Amino acid sequence: MSDKLKGCEILMRALMDQGVDLVFGYPGGQIMPVYDSLYDHSDHIRHYLARHEQGAIHAAEGYARASGKTGVVIATSGPGAMNLITGLNDALMDSTPIVAITGQVPSSLLGKDAFQESDVVSVTLPITKWSIQVRTADEIAPAIAKAFYIANSGRPGPVVLDISKDAQIGLSEYVPTRCNFIRSYDPDPAISEDKLREAAEIINSAKRPMILAGHGVTIARAENELSELAEKAEIPVACTMLGLSALPSSHPLNKGLLGMHGNLGPNINTNKADVIIAIGMRFDDRVTGDTKKYAPEAKIIHIDIDASEFDKTVRSHVHIHANAKSALSRLIPLIAATSHKEWLGSFLRHEKVENERVKNQELHPTNDDGKMHMGEVVDRVSEAFGNDAILVTDVGQNQMFSVRYFKFSSPRSCISSGGLGTMGFGLPAAIGAKIAVPQREVVLFAGDGGLQMTIEELGMIMEYNVGVKIILLNNNFLGNVRQWQELFFNSRYSATPMINPDFVVLARAYGIAGEDVAHRDNLPEAIERMKNHRGAYILNVNIEEMGMIFPMTPGGHGVDEILLNSTEYYKPV
Amino acid sequence: MENQLYTISVFTENQVSLLHQISMIFSRRCLNIESLSVSACSIPGVHKFTITCKSTRPMMEHVVKQIEKRIEVIKAFLHTDDEIVFQEVALFKVPTSSVLESGKIEDIIRQNGARVLEIQPEYTIFEKTGHTSEIKLLFDKLKPLGLRQFVRSGRVAVTKATQELVDEYLERQEKRKASIDNKE
Repeated sequence: MSDKLKGCEILMRALMDQGVDLVFGYPGGQIMPVYDSLYDHSDHIRHYLARHEQGAIHAAEGYARASGKTGVVIATSGPGAMNLITGLNDALMDSTPIVAITGQVPSSLLGKDAFQESDVVSVTLPITKWSIQVRTADEIAPAIAKAFYIANSGRPGPVVLDISKDAQIGLSEYVPTRCNFIRSYDPDPAISEDKLREAAEIINSAKRPMILAGHGVTIARAENELSELAEKAEIPVACTMLGLSALPSSHPLNKGLLGMHGNLGPNINTNKADVIIAIGMRFDDRVTGDTKKYAPEAKIIHIDIDASEFDKTVRSHVHIHANAKSALSRLIPLIAATSHKEWLGSFLRHEKVENERVKNQELHPTNDDGKMHMGEVVDRVSEAFGNDAILVTDVGQNQMFSVRYFKFSSPRSCISSGGLGTMGFGLPAAIGAKIAVPQREVVLFAGDGGLQMTIEELGMIMEYNVGVKIILLNNNFLGNVRQWQELFFNSRYSATPMINPDFVVLARAYGIAGEDVAHRDNLPEAIERMKNHRGAYILNVNIEEMGMIFPMTPGGHGVDEILLNSTEYYKPV
Repeated sequence: MENQLYTISVFTENQVSLLHQISMIFSRRCLNIESLSVSACSIPGVHKFTITCKSTRPMMEHVVKQIEKRIEVIKAFLHTDDEIVFQEVALFKVPTSSVLESGKIEDIIRQNGARVLEIQPEYTIFEKTGHTSEIKLLFDKLKPLGLRQFVRSGRVAVTKATQELVDEYLERQEKRKASIDNKE
């Protein structure tokens, strides 16, 4: 029949029907038919060639996080698919919608240790929301429809479609397929009226209520509902790392960051609050510290689209199983307008201590060798970009300082590897974010360790003129591990000092402009040059080696047991 | 918290990889599955897993939610023994000569409620259905006769509720589907 198409052509049409106009990927033997079809459709589907499949999937993650759309990544069988693993796990932990398409050996060779054969479905099942193998051309269109529906509904996550070579070249008719229902899956649960009323009653009688806003607020685009609820009942809001840009940093009710290196106010007051409204967050151990000492006085209302998060690490009193937007829009009318002046005032006391004991030293250090502190660099860059850039971070001290000191004005502005803590995430994720929202400034903070894990992706910046601003917080150390070695391993710096290349020269080899900033006095002008430069730029900033990130709740401690420096715990008066 | 034997029933679509998707949730938490039984259930296209595992209630509740989170899992339920009626089946192969010499055949059938499935000059096969402890009793009786083969199935169980627990969910989903279709 003349209207039969090859599986790879069907794949292109199915992707376009899903609104896909760009993909990240890397070709290889068993995915070649798909790349051959991409060649035909390059006007409609732009392919971004990464330099390593891990770079491709992190770029897809950055794209998804900045846009809310599903990121698509294509890789070949065997090593290509295996190089996606870290990104798949990262996307699962951080609820990021990804469709990963992998080539697979012809179905007749499956299970026979064929060249570049990996058992992709078995390997990826524990680290994906859904993973399936497609062995015939006519399965492709339905599988794509299902994959996109699963990836970006409910709690988003990564999906793998492993397509055998014979499915790619086999013939079938293309029947445009949509998927908006799967019997065994309910991404839009009916909200219980009783639970809403129960929650409202608890909130309305609260004396010391607190909102914990997580990534779920951003994913559900519930930023307006969040501020409406907070303002109506004058409830202070604290954010998880991935929830950070859900409320502008300057909002008077935004009390800052939760967790291990979070702000004093929200962490101390977690254990003073009588009501906690947790929205789209999952009580990660980096947020709670020792759960036995967590929020002892609070009735906890937990709003989450993923029912398996309820009572997982912290027991809650009311479960509202819904996405943040639907839950909050139904809850707000039941909430009485009220004020909590005294309670809000208690945050100020802790803020003052944090300013005096931690922030001032970090933002206005007085060392005279000119070596910089990470915090001051983050602060100056944030301000230079009007506190309205998209922040992308790598993992480690650079990440903790960035999320503490960067300021946000718009939603979807904080992109960081939260759950998995993937070093090497930053550079490719920043590239993906900039491709998703080219009109916005994308600022990457990375350390010298993490940057080198995926530094090959400078090639993507070069090839596609991706204008990301890279600030390398370079202390020639794996700083976060070094800090823990200093605090908990008698300063035995095992495998943490690094001999580094000349990063600016390296960037220049890729045609990327940049400069070294050796002394603090030169920082403001360097930031200006970076800002005014059209296109990508790298600032290699000379960071003092022994810097440490504080405050800090050491692992296993209660959320209110907070070190202000290496030796002194915070004792609120 | 004390470990206890729990029974989990899982209703799934009949598709490849479901066993892997469920078993990985146990292995990740280092939980040993005591018994497992899988087959098609009364609802067309739906398979039922019956799994027993010793652990604490909070852990088992957590596991059930993690199982249910898998896309092709329709619903999963946690039961204690008092909430279900359950059964196992065991087959015993014993040399016919030693059974005859022992003179216990009437006792085996009468006292232990066993059935004879096959008699050959060389061997006799008994079948016993019951709880683990009942099968153990017969096992202890046949062991001295030179038990040649023994096999026991996983537990199968039905709840004491009046209808299949998954029905309510499927009805709700049918309504949801109808409302999605109406919107289009």
